[in-house]
Amino acid sequence: MAHERPSPYPRKHRLHGPHGSAALIGVLTLLLGFAIAVQLRANSNGDALSGLREDDLIGILDNQNARADGLRQQITDLQNNLADLRNTGDRSAAARRQATQQAEELGILLGTLPATGPGVRVVVTDPGGKLNGEDLLDVVEELRGAGAEAIQFGTVRVGTSSSFEGAGGALTVDGSHLRAPYTVLAIGDAKTLDTALNIPGGVAATVRAAGGALVVHELKTVRITVTRSVARPAYVKPSH
Amino acid sequence: MIAGLALVAGVVLGLILRPTVPTWLEPYLPIAVVAALDAVFGGIRARLDGIFDAKVFVVSFISNVLVAALIVFLGDKLGVGSQLSTAVVVVLGIRIFGNAAAIRRHLFRA
Repeated sequence: MAHERPSPYPRKHRLHGPHGSAALIGVLTLLLGFAIAVQLRANSNGDALSGLREDDLIGILDNQNARADGLRQQITDLQNNLADLRNTGDRSAAARRQATQQAEELGILLGTLPATGPGVRVVVTDPGGKLNGEDLLDVVEELRGAGAEAIQFGTVRVGTSSSFEGAGGALTVDGSHLRAPYTVLAIGDAKTLDTALNIPGGVAATVRAAGGALVVHELKTVRITVTRSVARPAYVKPSH
Repeated sequence: MIAGLALVAGVVLGLILRPTVPTWLEPYLPIAVVAALDAVFGGIRARLDGIFDAKVFVVSFISNVLVAALIVFLGDKLGVGSQLSTAVVVVLGIRIFGNAAAIRRHLFRA
């Protein structure tokens, strides 16, 4: 503030003397220049808030608080959105996993996919050529009954529509001609399969009666690589 | 002449010394500066009119500054500080414009 101390000069000199008045005017304008410079600097400090009044500051604070509240609300909303989307994504991923797993299981059961697992290799010899298709179908039936999940007969993957024909050592499975000895691969619980084949009065006994032999090897890993194709149903449609 | 030199010297001093404005002075300094500017323009006009009086100038300078500061101070106390400072700035601005117009007429005859 351009505040003036009383001049030490006597009154006569103070305002009427040419030097005294000039000096006083000089001091005043010097103070003015000084104040201008100081004020300019204070304003250009970049701290625009320091020069404001209490009321204005309260208004600005209120504005900022309202803005912060709005933004916080927005954050909450967006976080909820994110959680929702993540949930949906998880659920559809789980559904997809389940569907894939189901497709694989069905593929193995239908024989459209290669399969591997513990199981047995069965070798049936028929030197007399007395086994017919029905006997060999019994082998497959026995394996299925004992819980075999995938079966390969010779070079044919056994499926739901497999057929066994022929007799006298010349066998036709699904249209493929097979000759003795027949090798059957089955995936399942090896012990159960072995027991089922060798049950007294079972298929092993039938083969032996025909002069052949049925040998079961229990294996830790059986690889069934042959697959079959499944025809698209022409008449059947799924009904719910 | 002396006044102009002193003004420049004051600006230079302020830029060199870089003083910080005390907090209690912050609301008053800009108003005081405007009031002092009004006095200076009035002084220049009086000089051009040939009726300049150093005493009148000094008294009007100081009283302008004090009254302006007082009005702002009162306004702050009454809760209408910002409105009253605006009023002071408007009034002083009008006076400065009037004086500047008179000075212009003297200098440019227009």
